[in-house]
Amino acid sequence: MTDVKAPPQPEVTVATPHKRRRADRRHIPVLATLALLVLMYSLGVANYDNFSDTQVLLNVFVDNAFLLVVAAGMTFVILTGGIDLSVGAVVALTTVVAATLLNDGWPAAVVLPLVLLIGTTLGLGMGAVIHYFKVEPFIATLAGMFLARGLSLLINRNSIPITDPFWTAMAQERIRFGPGIFISTSVVIAAVVVLAGAAVLAYTRFGRTVYAIGGNADSALLMGLPVGRTRIAVYTISGFCSALGGVLLSFYMLSGYSLHAQGMELDAIAAVVIGGVILTGGSGYLFGTVLGVLVLGLIQTIITFQGTLSSWWTKIVIGILLFAFIVLQRLVTRRAR
Amino acid sequence: MTPLVRHRLFWPAVVLVLLLVSNVFFAPRFFTITLQDGHLYGSLIDVLRSATPLALVALGMTMVIATGGIDLSVGSVMAISGAVACLFIGDLSDPGSVGGVLLAVGLALGLSAVAGIWNGVLVSVIGIQPIIATLILMVAGRGIAQLLTGGQIINVSSPPFRVIGAGYLLGVPVSVIIVAVVVAAAVLLIRRSALGVLVEAVGASPTASRLAGIRARGLTIMAYVFAAVCAGIAGLIFSSNVASADSNAAGNLIELDAILAVVIGGTALTGGRFSIAGSVLGAVLISALDITTYTIGVPAETTLLFKAVVVVILCLSQSAAFRAAVFRRRRTPAATPAAEVPA
Amino acid sequence: MVDPPILQMTGIRKTFPGVVALDGVDFSLRPGEVHALMGENGAGKSTLIKVLTGVYGIDAGDITLDGAPVRFGGPLQAQQAGISTVYQEVNLCANLSVAENIFIGREPRRFGKIRWSEMRRRSAELLAGLDLHLDVAAPLGTYSLAIQQMVAIARAIDISAKVLILDEPTSSLDASEVERLFQVMRRLKRDGVAILFISHFLDQVYAVADRMTVLRNGTLIGEYATAELTQMQLVTKMIGKELTVLERLEEEPRTVTADAPRQPIVEAHELGRTGAIAPFELAIRGGEIVGLAGLLGSGRTELARLLFGADRPDHGTLKIDGRPVTLRTPRMAMNHGIAFSSENRRTEGVVGELSVRENIVLALQASRGWSRPIPRRKQDELVERYIKTLGIRPADPDVAVRNLSGGNQQKVLLARWLITEPRLLIVDEPTRGIDVGAKAEIQRLLVELADGGMAVLFVSAELEEVLRLSHKIEVLRERHLIEEVDNTGGGVDADRIMQAIASGAKS
Repeated sequence: MTDVKAPPQPEVTVATPHKRRRADRRHIPVLATLALLVLMYSLGVANYDNFSDTQVLLNVFVDNAFLLVVAAGMTFVILTGGIDLSVGAVVALTTVVAATLLNDGWPAAVVLPLVLLIGTTLGLGMGAVIHYFKVEPFIATLAGMFLARGLSLLINRNSIPITDPFWTAMAQERIRFGPGIFISTSVVIAAVVVLAGAAVLAYTRFGRTVYAIGGNADSALLMGLPVGRTRIAVYTISGFCSALGGVLLSFYMLSGYSLHAQGMELDAIAAVVIGGVILTGGSGYLFGTVLGVLVLGLIQTIITFQGTLSSWWTKIVIGILLFAFIVLQRLVTRRAR
Repeated sequence: MTPLVRHRLFWPAVVLVLLLVSNVFFAPRFFTITLQDGHLYGSLIDVLRSATPLALVALGMTMVIATGGIDLSVGSVMAISGAVACLFIGDLSDPGSVGGVLLAVGLALGLSAVAGIWNGVLVSVIGIQPIIATLILMVAGRGIAQLLTGGQIINVSSPPFRVIGAGYLLGVPVSVIIVAVVVAAAVLLIRRSALGVLVEAVGASPTASRLAGIRARGLTIMAYVFAAVCAGIAGLIFSSNVASADSNAAGNLIELDAILAVVIGGTALTGGRFSIAGSVLGAVLISALDITTYTIGVPAETTLLFKAVVVVILCLSQSAAFRAAVFRRRRTPAATPAAEVPA
Repeated sequence: MVDPPILQMTGIRKTFPGVVALDGVDFSLRPGEVHALMGENGAGKSTLIKVLTGVYGIDAGDITLDGAPVRFGGPLQAQQAGISTVYQEVNLCANLSVAENIFIGREPRRFGKIRWSEMRRRSAELLAGLDLHLDVAAPLGTYSLAIQQMVAIARAIDISAKVLILDEPTSSLDASEVERLFQVMRRLKRDGVAILFISHFLDQVYAVADRMTVLRNGTLIGEYATAELTQMQLVTKMIGKELTVLERLEEEPRTVTADAPRQPIVEAHELGRTGAIAPFELAIRGGEIVGLAGLLGSGRTELARLLFGADRPDHGTLKIDGRPVTLRTPRMAMNHGIAFSSENRRTEGVVGELSVRENIVLALQASRGWSRPIPRRKQDELVERYIKTLGIRPADPDVAVRNLSGGNQQKVLLARWLITEPRLLIVDEPTRGIDVGAKAEIQRLLVELADGGMAVLFVSAELEEVLRLSHKIEVLRERHLIEEVDNTGGGVDADRIMQAIASGAKS
């Protein structure tokens, strides 16, 4: 009576009947966002004069370069299944510290690396608390948010203008492609961040470990992956991206203000999710996040073009579109299943 | 309440007491409660009064978090509730009529319940992740409230409405009584019926719950409706207290404080086991923190900083891993699951 | 030819709060041997492995690898030193591709950049060596558990371990896959790899292991050559008591009570679900145990889930007491007196966070609705009765279920359904991964329930068990119900069923 006694069994081959469909399914959320982006753009072009100008599209990048950088950092965190609520506050802190130090006569060459270091250190600290003390990311980064916002309020309650020559140069520098067609240096920086981030996610052990942790952190640990180090690293990256986003915002605004970037964490999360990254982690692409940021930017642009709408309509429309996108993606992915 | 829960609430309770005591050094009469014109006055009463909206929101949030969800839209629901009530009362021929005010309250709470149904349906029927589903109403709801009030602050002068947030009954603030009644009713309903255990099962393991025959959908929607109605009441208290509807200020960032209160109270964000008493304690603690920064005379700007420090201390004190590192011998069983990272 | 041991553990002691998990345990492993670690649940097998791979620290004792003392800080360090583990549950990432799951953490790189094509090619080659032909770029989660397990083994093998730990690798594999695994193990053995093997299937252990170490309650019972210990002696050493229960059960003649009702409780006509189970005919009567036999992936679980409304059929009709019904949710099935205990105890069965009491009353409470709570006194009475009847340990109704062993969790799950007094009890793999004693108790319980008039649908990968308990055996093959075998006399032997499974003969 053995159940090991193998019955005369032909060799088992495992069929993969739905091979193609399987491979495609992971791209569906991103493709859906892309399709809607195209649709929104077409609607804009059809309804408003001058919407088709190249510069309108480029301005979406110019106006949202800082958000793109912040959302790129957020993507790393969300891919591991975490969340970072502190990004908006770190952006604000960065602008305030930079403005204060510059006004005190510190050279830009010192201030720039210093503020980046501060943001990175904050991220590192939150990551360490999350990993070593098992505090939930939501709570640890909420504390980080209070801390960063509180620090910037403590430094200065008021808006501080920046007059540093380097900063103003960066703010005014335009990379021109033709008459009236240009991007700012911030867009170039954001593009570099996105490309570097995407390469890291797709082609390095660290990047793949990020996906593995989002898929199943316990398994990742048992497979011998450096889970703790990676988890701390994604919050550090997010901290760095927030600080860099803060620098770009200070280029854009030429001021430091503790109330800058209020609620930016929600914009970043919304962009990441609209871009098809699953909030529980393990699935999604940085390219999707770029699309998500563009969707948010395009909403703003359309509202601006409409012109007759009060500011609260922006919120309502973002809410409605957020709803439409999410439900649509949900239906698309469900049907594919 | 089991001894374990009591143990979990030990540190938050200690922090609360320390906070309150520290006030005495700056305001010697902090613990004095006086009776003036038949009303109780004193800093402790202020702590309770200012905790009322947060305690209500935290109460509702507790149930949502127990199902494994989260509700970011509570602040916006507060704003909508206040705006609707004030607009309705403002349109009454007699803003002082009790019937009219009751109708306004009913309308505001009814609308809040609709908001809760919306959230609940998105989460449990359409299957959207809670943080995203409620993000929609968080963003759009604030816009709707501003749309209703035209971006203005709507002032109302209606004595019956004023009672909700600023009145006294037998010397006790009416808002505190409302919260006490709602909390007591909730505890009775949830723990005396099987709601509590069913919600905990759904939050801890949705698949196992389904196969045990639990209808999670109804329970989840109920939790979101409950959270929204609690937020609606909180919105009424807030707007009654200032006798106006301010769509920008009402419930701004309260979702974060409420989530914080729930976590301080020992309910895990991942769902499952929850503690209502803990959440209320958490809300009072946060309120005491705000009041304390005020009494101590710390500049208002640093309240956030102060809050951050307290949050860090509290969360670390509740972190089993942290306690294990600090007090080597006092390891709790919860600190040794299979997936534990090598120490 | 006695080689010096490659791995030596001496005097290992490990305690958890309130529990001594290992107490002075010695263990040695030689290159080129398969060494089985035997013991009941809770004997300390898993703890020993976790101590070895550095998941847990140890309180006392020494570990030497290749003669040098070692102490690993975690699985990563252990892996680097040449000790790889395949765990009981598939511990891979379902969202990553098959190739990544094999190579993650040690991907082929050039200048730090992962070479994806190289990685895919090598994974495909590696899997081909195990007779597996998969799309290595597809996410692992699109494959069955058995395939995922084989991928986990492929990963461990490729790490070219000096020591390979296989912790219950066979529990989700069917017979042919087990045989294939054994071939791989024998090949590795020839290459001088030391293999530590854990399995609940004694036959498998005797088929492949050279030596065995027996643990009981965290202490070492002894180390034996497989050839010198009979199965009966082994079992005695493992559980420390004679297997009277099990033997008595085997003696019992299988007969249906004469006055069994002829009207089936559940009848399925052409019931089926695309991609899960082809349309089938099935009738289950009160007082009978119907066994489902078939290889893994043959549609056993899928059939059971249709009868419970856990999945919806897209074909055919289901009749309960002769009347057609549509079961859209488990709850509707429960209202008709059907109960279902899932094979995935921890994810689909018990709620680990809740107490034993809450878990036991959960299904009954769910069917009453939230507004009609079961009075506390009634709860205590029910829970106490079933803790006693089923021998749930620890016998404390307030302890969280996640702290119980697998066998006790299974008993809690059974208790949950028994208090709903079902007319049809569907049990999917109730004895998988649990120790011999608990297994016999659960088997006996099912027989008693059927004798009491309950209908039981019994799903198990262990053919022997199905044969012993069932009055009627439904044979499944490749998602078709191909044959119904009457076993009321108990005369059907395993070869008969195996032939049906292997040949796929339509009856």
